Amino acid sequence: MDTTLSIRDLSVRFAQGSVRAVDGVSFSVSSGKIGIVGESGSGKSTLGRAIMRLLPPSASISADCMTFGEHDLLRASEKDMRKLRGSVMALIMQDPRYSLNPVLPIGRQVAETAILHKGMSRKEAGEAAAAMLERVRIRDVTRVMQSYPHQISGGMGQRVMIAAMLLARPRLVIADEPTSALDVSVRGEVLELLDDLVCADGSSLLLISHDIRMVAAFCDRIIVMYQGRIVEEVTQLRDASHPYTRALIAAMPDPRHPVRRLAVPDRAKLERG
Amino acid sequence: MIRIRDFNVRYRSGKTENHVVRGIDLTVAQGECVGIVGESGCGKSTLLRCLVGLESGWTGNIEIDGQSLGAVRGKDDLRRAQMVFQDPFGSLHPRHRIGRALSEPLRCMGLPGSPQRVAAALKEVGLPASFAHRFPHQLSGGQRQRVAIARALIIEPPILLLDEPTSALDVSVQAEILNLLSDRRDERGLTYLLVSHDLAVVAHMCDRILVMQNGVFVEELTPDNIRLAKATHPYAQHLMDVSLLSDAL
Repeated sequence: MDTTLSIRDLSVRFAQGSVRAVDGVSFSVSSGKIGIVGESGSGKSTLGRAIMRLLPPSASISADCMTFGEHDLLRASEKDMRKLRGSVMALIMQDPRYSLNPVLPIGRQVAETAILHKGMSRKEAGEAAAAMLERVRIRDVTRVMQSYPHQISGGMGQRVMIAAMLLARPRLVIADEPTSALDVSVRGEVLELLDDLVCADGSSLLLISHDIRMVAAFCDRIIVMYQGRIVEEVTQLRDASHPYTRALIAAMPDPRHPVRRLAVPDRAKLERG
Repeated sequence: MIRIRDFNVRYRSGKTENHVVRGIDLTVAQGECVGIVGESGCGKSTLLRCLVGLESGWTGNIEIDGQSLGAVRGKDDLRRAQMVFQDPFGSLHPRHRIGRALSEPLRCMGLPGSPQRVAAALKEVGLPASFAHRFPHQLSGGQRQRVAIARALIIEPPILLLDEPTSALDVSVQAEILNLLSDRRDERGLTYLLVSHDLAVVAHMCDRILVMQNGVFVEELTPDNIRLAKATHPYAQHLMDVSLLSDAL
């Protein structure tokens, strides 16, 4: 099965506004880990949601082409999209406190994907969910499955969301800031988990983050976004040549190169191009 | 400037007791910037909140500027240390204009709160005086954090307690805020106690860095230790290893 995500000239506009939140973005992903970095308002999350067709009705999407394998994501009906989401492509959201259903036990939420997309019975799905929770290294699985989201920690919640999203073995996983609600010490574990579960079976991962250092350490390719556009694509940060990427790197404090004042990007100059 | 001895914080609910901060000692000299790093729940924010008088239930001895502090703080105690909080969206009253947010501390301290004083405070943090008429929702995250810093500085405290002041901000905005904090410190000889989970930020700002785990300081580092990613305590070393500082940039 062809599992290439290919996007050509994608633009997203909200309501009647003239501002393009995503402006002429083109790229393609066939395998591996691709990072999308940018600051708030750069359009990176909107891009992720546009691929999943999860933007609100006020958003208008236009593109020359947006396909995933044989599926045309631009023209697919909502019914078809419901079949795709969760089964062949999945979105892992940022904050477990807001993205998990607060009134459903964890076990039911994780099992839901298996019931919907794998046609399993409740009992089988429950077993699959337990096995998946074990794979994401949740210790006391039986207890966690009966718990509600407010009863578990943020790091556990994030792992629960990963388990729920990966249960149906999607071919494309979009992770939108999967670690920003987590401690640095848990962050590494979650990334490793994503690496193990996603890339081990040849699926691709689109990691959306503001943390350029983390993306650089983790991903094979880095796409840098600014004001809705892709400003450059690099494999290593030291190859970055665009003034915006250089400015972002310079603005980060780096213990190996102590400076008295940090360099602040000159926005006026960047906007003039 | 700050002297803490045998400091403990315990929270009780019924029979269970949570011993959050476990008998720590800390001394911060005048003009020094000390960082505290550690993961969520290690007690770093609780320590700051006790220092500024937002929490009760602590035992031990806190001295600021040679004055011992009790559980109830008077105006003079509050004027010695002010706090900047992590979330610029939660720490400003949504229905108070910026001018009111800035003049309130002056009023509470019984100081004259003229519009000129507010304008000067805004200018000091790099915002135009016209911002006094705005509401917090009309400001960006970075601008709000500038207002929060202006609010802390307006009563001219010698000590600023910074609880993750930039972790809700983009890197470029973080750079602006950190520069602002360094400038104000150089100008006024302020003493900072900075809590963060970001080793790169504390290494940039601080003279010494304390690593906190389960309510105690397990190691004291210098920025040089962080540069070389060398620590003696296993937890401190683990923090450095996972901070991805060694990645080639």
